[in-house]
Amino acid sequence: MNEQEIRDRVIKTLGGIVPELDPGSLKQAKSLRDQLDIDSMDFLNFLIALHQEFGVDVPEADAGKLATIDACVSYLAQALQQRAQA
Amino acid sequence: MTATEASAAKAAVETIPGYPAGHAVKPNVSDYAAFRSGFSWDSARRELDGLPAGGLNIAHETVDRHAAGARENQIALRWLGKNGATQDISYAMLRERSNRFANVLRQLGVGAGERVYILTGRIPELYIAALGTWKNRSVVCTLFSAFGPEPIRARMAIGDARVLVTTPMLFQRKIEPILKQLPGLRHVLLAREQGDDEAVAGTLDFAQLLQQASDQFNIAATDPEEPALLHFTSGTTGTPKGAVHVHQAVLTHHATGKQVLDLHPDDIFWCTADPGWVTGTSYGIIAPLSNGVTSIVDEADFDAERWYQILEQHKVSVWYTAPTAIRMMMKTGLAPLAGRKLPALRYLASVGEPLNPEAVRWGVTAFGLPFHDNWWQTETGGIMIANFPALDVRPGSMGKPVPGVEAAIVKTSKASDSADTSVAIVEEPGVEGELALRPGWPSMFREYLNEPERYRKCFAGGWYLTGDLARRDADGYFWFVGRKDDVIKTSGHLIGPFEVESVLMEHPAVAEAGVIGKPDPVALEVVKAFVALKSGYTPSDALKKDIMAHARKRLGAVVAPKEIDFQQSLPKTRSGKIMRRLLKARELGLPEGDVSTLESM
Repeated sequence: MNEQEIRDRVIKTLGGIVPELDPGSLKQAKSLRDQLDIDSMDFLNFLIALHQEFGVDVPEADAGKLATIDACVSYLAQALQQRAQA
Repeated sequence: MTATEASAAKAAVETIPGYPAGHAVKPNVSDYAAFRSGFSWDSARRELDGLPAGGLNIAHETVDRHAAGARENQIALRWLGKNGATQDISYAMLRERSNRFANVLRQLGVGAGERVYILTGRIPELYIAALGTWKNRSVVCTLFSAFGPEPIRARMAIGDARVLVTTPMLFQRKIEPILKQLPGLRHVLLAREQGDDEAVAGTLDFAQLLQQASDQFNIAATDPEEPALLHFTSGTTGTPKGAVHVHQAVLTHHATGKQVLDLHPDDIFWCTADPGWVTGTSYGIIAPLSNGVTSIVDEADFDAERWYQILEQHKVSVWYTAPTAIRMMMKTGLAPLAGRKLPALRYLASVGEPLNPEAVRWGVTAFGLPFHDNWWQTETGGIMIANFPALDVRPGSMGKPVPGVEAAIVKTSKASDSADTSVAIVEEPGVEGELALRPGWPSMFREYLNEPERYRKCFAGGWYLTGDLARRDADGYFWFVGRKDDVIKTSGHLIGPFEVESVLMEHPAVAEAGVIGKPDPVALEVVKAFVALKSGYTPSDALKKDIMAHARKRLGAVVAPKEIDFQQSLPKTRSGKIMRRLLKARELGLPEGDVSTLESM
């Protein structure tokens, strides 16, 4: 999976939790919590949905590493690569 | 029961010592029973100074008296910005800035009793504005910044907001769309971040006004019964209820801060609640400042790693947090705590919804200290029932009544030919009933704004009826059972189903909506909506998302449903009321015929 595919699927996954999301105005490097109206439950659900979408473990302890779209993409790219190597 | 049987039964009750053994700091209340029997609110009043000009004012007790004394240069608020900035604000600085804000209000012509609304994140301006508002004898109403435009509009209209303090981003996202519906709003003050200096038409600049105002202000004589705070809460039906609290509520905040949260002069205290909810003002602003301690204010949202970092780095000694946060920390696991040293941490407390026994015990596993659960609500203004430092903690129990508060389990009944509710006290331990409090404590709400009838209905037979179901054990500990009404408890917040249903009904596809609290392991309950569609619409994922998006935009993420289910039609009473209890029974897979058991859900 290339980075663009990961990015598209992250944004699609986020849209499942935050249906009012306008992907066009989403800033990729800005904190999701700062630009979207999401609460802690939404964020937890987002982590669960990422796990389901990508089939990699997304422990809650890693929440801080998934604060922006860019951060999600690099986190998942790394996790997918590790899985492919295992 | 024989004595042996009785002691065996007693031994079966799990208890955890309420205070670390041999700790250098001793609890403020070392003997609960003796302290309680000797306590009176008049004696508690002697710990406050009173206003030089006469009466009692929250801002004087929390700030000015400390700024004029030995605590002048002590840090009152240590603000931690979400992007790493920090700001230490001493009691003297807080006095000066709140004086300036009081002068700003005076110059704007805002009078005593008029409402000043604050809609911001946890930033210093919130605290300065609240304290300055009290100095001007105006009424503070804080709103949770995660509310959507509709809950904000309803609350500002009911309270006839005269002034709003907010940020440029919140103004643009949440206030501009509703501004025309708020004719009573005269001034909007924007608290800007550094570098954000774009002018916004029709608004004033908070920082500029503050800078131009005098730093001297003498608080005018304040009647202890003058309104000081307006806090909104939700009922099963109708609009949000505006509970009004008065200046002498500070007595309860001060006393419970000392007795329940065990605040000592050298404590570093962290209340994680947002001041948009009553815990965040009573215990995030008033109680710690009146007790003269240093308070941590963290702007960021929950993040386990960040929170442990704050506990360690800032040497937090007393920590007041909420069950949802504790359960999220439990889910995160102990790994982020590894290697951290928290020798300063002495006392943990929790409020918002009943804390499950596992979470109390997890405190011991993770921090070597149990979480002390306590109970109160917006209407009570302050902690009413608590696990005390000097008492053993009973995991799952809310504890015992605070000194000066009489609590009971009661059964209410209403004769069909009478409008009056009769109240019978349940003396027998272990029997479920409604939790009731004897009115008379200082922080009791004095009215629901503009709704005397709704207020009157909260009282019967000389008791305030809380709407919560509970039982009391043989040793006097109270145990929460559930809500008497359909109000939803989610992440420590009360959500009124009616407010959510009304917004769902605005969607063009929705014919009927019924909203319930669905049990959830982390949030206690999550908001779930059942929706029947108008003819011509068919259920689909896309439609579900569209309705969800509509609800979230209007209500905000904390109030909007997390789940929506389509139904052909919703169960209704003969008078057309949607039967939420039946929806809930179906959701939980309970027999539909036996809806009475849901009384205790």
